[in-house]
Amino acid sequence: MADPKPPESEAAPRAETRAPESRGAQVDPKLLEILVCPVTHTRLRYDAEKQELISDAAGLAYPIRDGIPIMLQDEARPLTASE
Amino acid sequence: MADDPSIFDRRAVRAHRDRAAQKLAEGTEAEFLHREIGDRLLERLDDVKRSFPAVLDLGCRDGVLARALARRQGVERVFQADVSPAFARLARISNRFFPTVVADEEALPFAPASFDLVISNLALHWVNDLPGALIQLRRALKPDGLLVAAMFGGETLTELRQALLQAELTEEGGASPRVSPHADVRDAGALLQRAGFALPVVDRDRIQVTYEHVFSLMADLRLMGETNALRERRRGFTRRATMLTAAEEYLRRYADKSGRLIANFDIVYLTAWAPGPGQPQPLKPGSAARRLAEALRTEEHDGENDPGPRRA
Repeated sequence: MADPKPPESEAAPRAETRAPESRGAQVDPKLLEILVCPVTHTRLRYDAEKQELISDAAGLAYPIRDGIPIMLQDEARPLTASE
Repeated sequence: MADDPSIFDRRAVRAHRDRAAQKLAEGTEAEFLHREIGDRLLERLDDVKRSFPAVLDLGCRDGVLARALARRQGVERVFQADVSPAFARLARISNRFFPTVVADEEALPFAPASFDLVISNLALHWVNDLPGALIQLRRALKPDGLLVAAMFGGETLTELRQALLQAELTEEGGASPRVSPHADVRDAGALLQRAGFALPVVDRDRIQVTYEHVFSLMADLRLMGETNALRERRRGFTRRATMLTAAEEYLRRYADKSGRLIANFDIVYLTAWAPGPGQPQPLKPGSAARRLAEALRTEEHDGENDPGPRRA
């Protein structure tokens, strides 16, 4: 195959020890492109600082933990009036 | 909620999977069934000519299947999703560069036309609204995208079901729901069609596992995350006497010649395509160029005057 695949875990153990927080903790941009709110099916806003995906339509903020968006309604934080 | 019509308790489903993931991370697992069915799902893809650049593994568990998918020719990116945060975490640790998300099969968070292939290994049988989930999956697929899913179905664990039922009737004079009601092959085909899929194929195979003791079967089910998540299930522990009677019943009715207990898992496979422009379409009624009777080498009967052959 011509195009390089994402390296597998066993192929890149050294990168893990060198920089545990560098890529593993980041949410994948390709994932952000395809995610929508599971309640309203509308687009989401990415809050990089709070590590949240915000659905204005649903009034919910979905947490991102260690680079993994948790797209569950009962894990989401209701938005406050000022947000 | 008292008026909640759903059959399965999705929080319980998630908790059971989280516990399975936890045990797996500690090195105690019963993944053999999921590995086997994962391999069989991959084999099915061998027959398909189309390539699948963007793949979703729905119900990814620890990421073993996703990793195998990523090795396939033409696959550029495998998205991992599981309803269990603990499994999603394991998958992400195993496959660090695979985009990973926690997602509920009942409320999928994916934009329309996101994937060329959705593969789902034994994750859809705990879904309350399977028709709704299938519709969401069809929308998440690109035109001419493929869904390949395996789910427990039919007579799965019927032996355990019967043994427990009998034991409860004997010991307690009543029975509570124990083992999940499963989709049938015929139902599943109709559901796929109603969900707007093209060319649906549903088939089934049976995997027989034998156990020394009914308690080892139940321990495996816990490790798989496949214990009872029925909303109306009984909470708390089953009485010891009931469990012992169930074990006796199982041994009496479902042991093989060597005295090992038989447990059957029926796997229902769903294969279907999101509608696309290049697919074979059914012909319009009345467009046939030859008579059916010719093809069948039989005489054509007039339906009104001739009732045709009788069936007993």
